[in-house]
Amino acid sequence: MTTPATRRRVEEALLPPLVALLVALVVGDILIILVGQSPSAVFSLMLSGTWGNWYGFGQVLYKATTLICTGLAVSFALRAGLFNIGAEGQLAAGGFAAAVMGLVLPAGTPGLLAVPICILAALAAGGVVGAIPGVMKARFGAHEVIVTIMLNFIVLALLNWIVASHLHVPETLHTPDMRAGTVARLMDWVPAFHGSAVNASLFIALAAAGVMGWMLFRTRAGYELRAVGLQPDAAEYGGVKVGTIWMKAFLISGALAGLGGINYVLGYKYYYEEGFAAGSGFLGIAVALVGRNHPLGVVIAAFLFATLSQGGLAIHALVPKQMVEVLQGVVILAVAAAVPEVRRLVLGARSGAPT
Amino acid sequence: MSEIAAFIAQTIRIAIPYLFAASGGVVAERAGVVSLTLEGFMLTGAFAATLGSYYSGSPWIGVLCGIGGGLVFGVIHAVASIRYRADQIVTGIAINLLAVGLTRFFLLMAFDSSSNSPRVPGFGVTGDAASLTGALLRNPLVWLGLLAIPAAAWLVHYTPFGLRVRAVGEHPAAAETLGVPVRRVRYLAVALSGILAGLGGVYLALDQHQFTDSMTAGRGFIALAAIIFGRWEPVRAGLACLLFAAAETLQIQLQGMQGIPSQFVQMIPYVLTIVAVGGFVARSTPPAALGKVSE
Amino acid sequence: MTGPSLAIRMNGIHKSFGSVRANRGAQLEVGAREIHALVGENGAGKSTLMRLLAGLYAPDTGTIEVAAASGELRDVTGWSPADAIKAGVGMVHQHFMLVRTLTVAENVVLGREPVRGGMLDIARALEDVRRIGEQYGLRVEPERLVGELSVGEAQRVEILKTLFRGARILILDEPTAVLSPLEVKELWGVLRRLRDDGATIVLITHKLDEVMAISDRITVMRHGETVARMETREATPESIARAMVGRDVALIGTRNEEGEGSRSSAGIPQSSSPRASLSVADLVVMSRGIRAVDGVSLSVAPGEILGIAGVEGNGQTELIEAIAGLRAVASGTIRLGERDVTTASVRDRAAAGLAHIPEDRHRRGLVLEYSVADNLILGDQHRYAGGARRAWALDDVRIGANARDEIERFDIRPPDAALPARALSGGNQQKIVIAREMGGTYDVLLASQPTRGVDVGAIEFIHGQLRSAREAGKAILLVSAELSEILALADRVAVMYGGRIVATLPRREATEDRLGPLMTGASDTTRPAA
Repeated sequence: MTTPATRRRVEEALLPPLVALLVALVVGDILIILVGQSPSAVFSLMLSGTWGNWYGFGQVLYKATTLICTGLAVSFALRAGLFNIGAEGQLAAGGFAAAVMGLVLPAGTPGLLAVPICILAALAAGGVVGAIPGVMKARFGAHEVIVTIMLNFIVLALLNWIVASHLHVPETLHTPDMRAGTVARLMDWVPAFHGSAVNASLFIALAAAGVMGWMLFRTRAGYELRAVGLQPDAAEYGGVKVGTIWMKAFLISGALAGLGGINYVLGYKYYYEEGFAAGSGFLGIAVALVGRNHPLGVVIAAFLFATLSQGGLAIHALVPKQMVEVLQGVVILAVAAAVPEVRRLVLGARSGAPT
Repeated sequence: MSEIAAFIAQTIRIAIPYLFAASGGVVAERAGVVSLTLEGFMLTGAFAATLGSYYSGSPWIGVLCGIGGGLVFGVIHAVASIRYRADQIVTGIAINLLAVGLTRFFLLMAFDSSSNSPRVPGFGVTGDAASLTGALLRNPLVWLGLLAIPAAAWLVHYTPFGLRVRAVGEHPAAAETLGVPVRRVRYLAVALSGILAGLGGVYLALDQHQFTDSMTAGRGFIALAAIIFGRWEPVRAGLACLLFAAAETLQIQLQGMQGIPSQFVQMIPYVLTIVAVGGFVARSTPPAALGKVSE
Repeated sequence: MTGPSLAIRMNGIHKSFGSVRANRGAQLEVGAREIHALVGENGAGKSTLMRLLAGLYAPDTGTIEVAAASGELRDVTGWSPADAIKAGVGMVHQHFMLVRTLTVAENVVLGREPVRGGMLDIARALEDVRRIGEQYGLRVEPERLVGELSVGEAQRVEILKTLFRGARILILDEPTAVLSPLEVKELWGVLRRLRDDGATIVLITHKLDEVMAISDRITVMRHGETVARMETREATPESIARAMVGRDVALIGTRNEEGEGSRSSAGIPQSSSPRASLSVADLVVMSRGIRAVDGVSLSVAPGEILGIAGVEGNGQTELIEAIAGLRAVASGTIRLGERDVTTASVRDRAAAGLAHIPEDRHRRGLVLEYSVADNLILGDQHRYAGGARRAWALDDVRIGANARDEIERFDIRPPDAALPARALSGGNQQKIVIAREMGGTYDVLLASQPTRGVDVGAIEFIHGQLRSAREAGKAILLVSAELSEILALADRVAVMYGGRIVATLPRREATEDRLGPLMTGASDTTRPAA
């Protein structure tokens, strides 16, 4: 309503990612020059290899799909004041559950039935893994960061054991192909996407972002959840049961991360493979951070990181694709450092007055 | 008898990197800075040591380089989280990603390989169990690693710096009013954790005489688990490192026999840590100002 | 006059924090070897002035001079805390600055540790602390963990910290706020001994009995300015109070009578009765392992204000939070009308007719990032969603209408429902809370420090609201650290001390003379508790 306040809010949201991109560009330039290439050539190749052709664009969309889900998962928990570092494990659990469901369902189950069942399985598995730290925090006061980190390793080891000892196709690290529940690739509808993995999961992820935005900012549940995240004591005073919100928030956060699993499993490979989720959970934290925990911001940030990730492959002929991993780290570090700094500069030197 | 000796030797061999990383991490955490970064510090230390040893031909230059690598990353983490008040968990994750990316990038640049470095001069000797004990005894890093925890305990509990570390991690404002330079204490603590975790990585690389991609494989997180399981006490954290290492040794030695799947042994440190923070055994209370940004 | 020479001289001190002008031209002269009381109401700028002296802030303008060891004044304007400590200036903060997980000795020597051979010389630290403690009668075990100490002991550690650093000038900020009468007496002994030993002491307080009991000279501050300086032996509580509030103290008396008059004319039973809207019986509330509320019984009738007087930290916060449903009850019962709500949720209590103005609006009363409109429905949010058409979504139209209505009724400024609550002044923030809690339907109101940190205009507005709520038949439980507020509003006054209600007096009998001793734990000699 008031222009200065709105402008301040926009500055606060946009400046950190811009600063981060600038820093990443500089670091990128240094690395490229170190390799003996020209930065402009590399960056233009990166652009043409991602947004410049249908296949690259499709791959960006595919990679963004998973990141939207994990980014939403981290953001949702953060809105309730909780740090979910367990998206990695929740994502793997979601993908695994979807794949198993697709194996269990009889072949020829109509997609209209099988796909929702598989999606529900992914949501449920992610949710169960996510609920553990929520319950641990609400009931026993265990810090969620520690629990989610440790849970990542436990979940991955558990899945590893199940796949390795019971479910794998010999000589591989993946489960057998699903019999039902796969979703359509976009190339089935838009032939230009030919070869790229982008699939209908993208729309499910985007819908999840929309629902989350509505839920956070329009509903009573969102009102209470954000109050818990901002000021738990005030929320409690307002009749909100803080512990219950923590548990629900973690359950939904885990489910959102689990949903990300369908992108690979239902839309691309049609089986669960060990390590398919590697890194996507942690990048979800970066996506949430850059997207300022707003669903729209998360979607944009997911495209940004997906572009970077696909761009790494595109430039591999000139510069090792590992450069992109470095840049991702630099971007996260720069955003994390710039957010409090920008907030301080934007809000000015308004120090708290003593009594 | 020799089986027991082999068990102990193998346990120590596995424990050394944990002991290095945990001894540094416990100091940083006591000063109020989250040590999610140990994994990244170790990886950088391992890679820098490999580079140093390869180009100089001397493992000792490698040790120095490894210390430098850990230190540089420690300083990056400290600047981001102390100077710029960045969220320590986020910077921790960024540091770990950065370490993986940078080591991969320079592995390719320096050795033209995406998986491992060539063999470099180191300390370890590969061979059977009997010579393993001898090799351990001759490896100076083993002795240093065994000393790291007592040294950290001494530092934290018996020196003026340690008192300041404990105060700064618990109530930085109180320390500030007494003229304790809170930020400097935290910088030093994080730098120290970078050096020590770096040494953990140095040990790994020089023991195996090469760097392999992501060779730390979660060891930094095991060290963090040991710190939490040890309730932020250096000696207890050290014992936790030995416990976790012994479990791994057991799993290796029992391999081939039908029994507990290895994955379940891998889970032990993490499950124990969750049990510890849940307060099911004894309340595990972190330093009060851990992870909080100081004004 | 204790001595001819000055220990401290502060002149023309200005200090602003953003738009808040904490000090505007304040002055202070403190003679060497005296106990100097710096008095004034909350927000008069006393603490700021002393933090400037201790180097925690730098003044915007003005000079600060402190006597060097030679006795000569030296300009120290803008020095750092470390400089101040080095020069022998020590400050004991209102909120203790102690590390709970360290021992007493470790807390004392922190930053100035005795070292032997590169190691912390713990033996010497223990010995030093024990020696200084014995010298000044500051009894506390140096080896104990600070987290296990009582508040009185913790304060002794704070004083030990300054003495260990060789403080010759000691600043104490409201040191008695949390002390028992016995501990206060001990503190006075310590301060006198320190003064006789050559130290200069500045005592920040707003309690007149303390000023009269301990100080040699007095400086009075109001609205950031120094308004009076006097010798204690020439001052009277009346003269100090007049300087503090800037008007005749009899005014407070008039307001009392007014309150009392309207009460009497209402003609409503004063003690517990079947009609009581709020009744609490044998309530026990635990906090950090101690009985913070220790068997409290009270009742408030419709159309009555029961005021709870007492030194802060005697269980008032815990009592109110337990009644509000924010704190678990160990034993006892809480009833709203006929209904037992001892274990009811916050929302159920609200539904049963309870409203609550919490003591800390920044922590509890408001979600500072939320808009005024959103804050005006906090606690009522379930009423703005649901129904067939909107199962989950909040009804923005009704939220907006509610905001417009209450902004107008309670004169919240600026009248912009979309502003975040953070952007409003303290008084207007409190009006949001008042509007929300008193604008709807309720029978019982818990009003905890309702005018803390708000400007004079807002105080009068809030007092007016509380009076008209009483006229409308509401039962009001009022907790305030300001005795004048209690006396201005309450129909009955209960005094809380050490987690118990030690006396309940009808307003007519509740005088400062009688309440004062009760608040500090002395037994009421005039009459047994009602």
